[in-house]
Amino acid sequence: MAEPLLRLEGIGKSFGPVTVLEGITLDIAQGEVLGVLGENGAGKSTLLKIISGIYTPSTGRILIDGQPFAALDPIGARRLGIAMIPQEFNLVASLKVYENVFLGQELRRGGFLDHARMREQTRKLLDSLEVHLDPNQTIERLSVAQKQMVEVARVLVNDARIVILDEPTTVLTSHETAVLFRVVKALVARGVTVLFISHKLKEVRELCDRLLILRDGQLVEHCAVAGMNEEAMARKMVGRELSRIFPDKPEAPVTRGTPALEVRGLCLTNVLHDIDFAVHRGEVLGLAGLVGAGRTEIAETLMGLRRRSAGEILVDGEPVAFTSPRQAHARGLAYLSEDRQGKGLQLSFNVMQNVTDLSLARYVRGLIRHGQERRRAEEYQARLSIKAAHLTAPVGLLSGGNQQKVYFAKLLDIEPEILLLDEPTRGIDISAKQQIYRLIRELTAQGKAVVVISSELEEIIGLADRTLVIRQGRVAATLEGDDINEECIMLYAAGAWEAGTEPATAHEPSQGARP
Amino acid sequence: MSPLSQRTTPLAQRFRNLPISGAILAPLLALIVLFVISSLASEYFLNTRNLSNVLRQVSYTGIIAIGMTFVIIAGGIDLSVGSMLALVGVVVLYVLNTITDPFQAVILAMLAALVGGALLGLFNGLLVTRGRIAAFVVTLATMSIFRSLALYFTDAAEVSTRNPLFQGVGGGFVLGLPIPVWTFFALAVVSHVVLFHTAYGRHVCAVGANAQVARYSGIRVERVVLSTFLIAGVCVGLSAIMLTSRLNSVSPSDAGYFFELDAIAAVVIGGTALSGGRGTVWGTVIGALILGIINNMLNLTGVSPYLQGLVKGAVILLAVLLQYKRAP
Repeated sequence: MAEPLLRLEGIGKSFGPVTVLEGITLDIAQGEVLGVLGENGAGKSTLLKIISGIYTPSTGRILIDGQPFAALDPIGARRLGIAMIPQEFNLVASLKVYENVFLGQELRRGGFLDHARMREQTRKLLDSLEVHLDPNQTIERLSVAQKQMVEVARVLVNDARIVILDEPTTVLTSHETAVLFRVVKALVARGVTVLFISHKLKEVRELCDRLLILRDGQLVEHCAVAGMNEEAMARKMVGRELSRIFPDKPEAPVTRGTPALEVRGLCLTNVLHDIDFAVHRGEVLGLAGLVGAGRTEIAETLMGLRRRSAGEILVDGEPVAFTSPRQAHARGLAYLSEDRQGKGLQLSFNVMQNVTDLSLARYVRGLIRHGQERRRAEEYQARLSIKAAHLTAPVGLLSGGNQQKVYFAKLLDIEPEILLLDEPTRGIDISAKQQIYRLIRELTAQGKAVVVISSELEEIIGLADRTLVIRQGRVAATLEGDDINEECIMLYAAGAWEAGTEPATAHEPSQGARP
Repeated sequence: MSPLSQRTTPLAQRFRNLPISGAILAPLLALIVLFVISSLASEYFLNTRNLSNVLRQVSYTGIIAIGMTFVIIAGGIDLSVGSMLALVGVVVLYVLNTITDPFQAVILAMLAALVGGALLGLFNGLLVTRGRIAAFVVTLATMSIFRSLALYFTDAAEVSTRNPLFQGVGGGFVLGLPIPVWTFFALAVVSHVVLFHTAYGRHVCAVGANAQVARYSGIRVERVVLSTFLIAGVCVGLSAIMLTSRLNSVSPSDAGYFFELDAIAAVVIGGTALSGGRGTVWGTVIGALILGIINNMLNLTGVSPYLQGLVKGAVILLAVLLQYKRAP
């Protein structure tokens, strides 16, 4: 075997007394796709930041093409062809695609920018990736997936040899993910090495040649992907036998009666059309569908964040008309946004302040009773096992999983009866996921009604008692029992099946006949 | 880890036990150091009359700075406060000179100041919330409008009053301290309680930290923003009462000149983030005191008045630099 492109020898990293990475030794060959797995806090990001020169390792050395480096710096790493595509893109929104691709290394002719040549090269590059994108488009008009492709093109202009993709599929639909995978394969065909970080084990199995699993800062597995199934991967990551990730669904069907929440003919101009559904107490209703199908909009309309154009919303059989989330909270509705950092938590606030964000009025007797706030936060800390050094530290310093738990605590503190959970486990590790799934089942066991919006089919299948498939702002199907499977959901979500035209199934038609 | 930060850790922990939050520790230390230096630099500094004068000077801008603290924490800014003070001052003098009964005149003039300030603040706030114009732009425009109105109503001439009672308001003393100083400290205590111990205060911080999160949490974001401008306006009204009654007159061109700068500077020196979301009233009080003492010290030591702006500017830059160092 030829010299490895990248070799790590005994790489370790400590922050003060805390060791986050220890004794990592591995070789990475040219043209290999290496999946990097690990729970949040396992040391994945630290390792990648060392490779891309952002962090200096405390111990060990890095060899590139056999040449040793004690430490890289970001500029040096880029010069050696190491490029990272971060989760949050670094694109200038007001500039065009080709201007972003060549940002910082613009082509010039006689002192002036050579727009024609940059445009042409960008087009060639995108064509070679089989991405159809106009180099003249402005970045702000692109979808998330298209922006990602611009980042990839930018990396290629730099003649990158090692490309690091940090959870690239979190924000993509399954179709867009397929496009990304094709692009990754095109990169590999050019001899580029790809490091692929993901929480989605299935994707890792599909895309990667080799696998690196980290746990508590140590390398626990470095092997070929072939022959490893997802369960084995998960077990290695967690380091113990995983009891089933999803708790059992209740066997007896939920007693019918007045639904906790019912929606009739809900419309939102140009977004939602004639949505009908009901959720009962003790039930988990899944809302499946592609990104952009209108699921988040349904939840936001229910909460009074958007003004519906037609239809009725009933809580415990009574019609309601919320114009603000405040009113929805008062009637027992709580909404967990998919955008935890942008819409969910005040990152600069501490744990206590976030927990009581919705319920603050309960802690006020003239003035806020801070002691009571603290005690309540401590209760949630114990109940949801939130790992935080101080309750007074800003929530932004916590890991994603712990932030999500704080977000749940914030909702639970108004003792909601109906929970609308939008991507409740986005970007968090597997044990935190498991805890949240258990929590959801505990809530339904207490008689709450839960709506789970999720783009992860596994999550819908594992959690939902009933599932609505949403497509282009309409209910494409209502699935129950064994019908909640990957095939059914995808066929409805992608529009291959239409409600009523599919092979006969037992459930009621979801589209009520309306005059 | 630098050795410095390791050395300061136990000290910081010791301070955590004191009823002082870490955020105002730095400005407080700066104030103490400044106080010591000033008392060494000039023998007149510790003179009771001098200290009383410094406090009085500080309270006019300090009162406004407290209102500004609310605006800035909620993510806004108010550049119009200085001009607003002149306009409100003109209104105060107008009311004083139209009503014959001196006692009634004083009461109504004070009321007019508070209501007038509130209305002007409301005007700013409505343009920001309903008009969806950036606070900087709105208040830059109203800064010009308010000053212009004050000049127009008075033909740019100083207006004074012969009301025998009015001067007692801003010129009077209670327990040896000028009334404006008492007003300033009382306002600070009330504002601190509002900001840290009421739901309203929490909402102000939430709106400034992330308005979107606040909206999703059911906070009426626009109403909160509007209210901060209203508070700033009322504070300007209060300051206008103190200032005009002390002088028994108002000069439409000089009154409140550059007060917006002093108020914003006090807020920033006090450790409140200009980007909003966090800040303290005590920090602002300390910031105002720091500015006041610097001014006084420069006067006492005979530094050219033309250089005082330079020192003030340098202190602002230093405070902001330190802030950015602290928040990575």
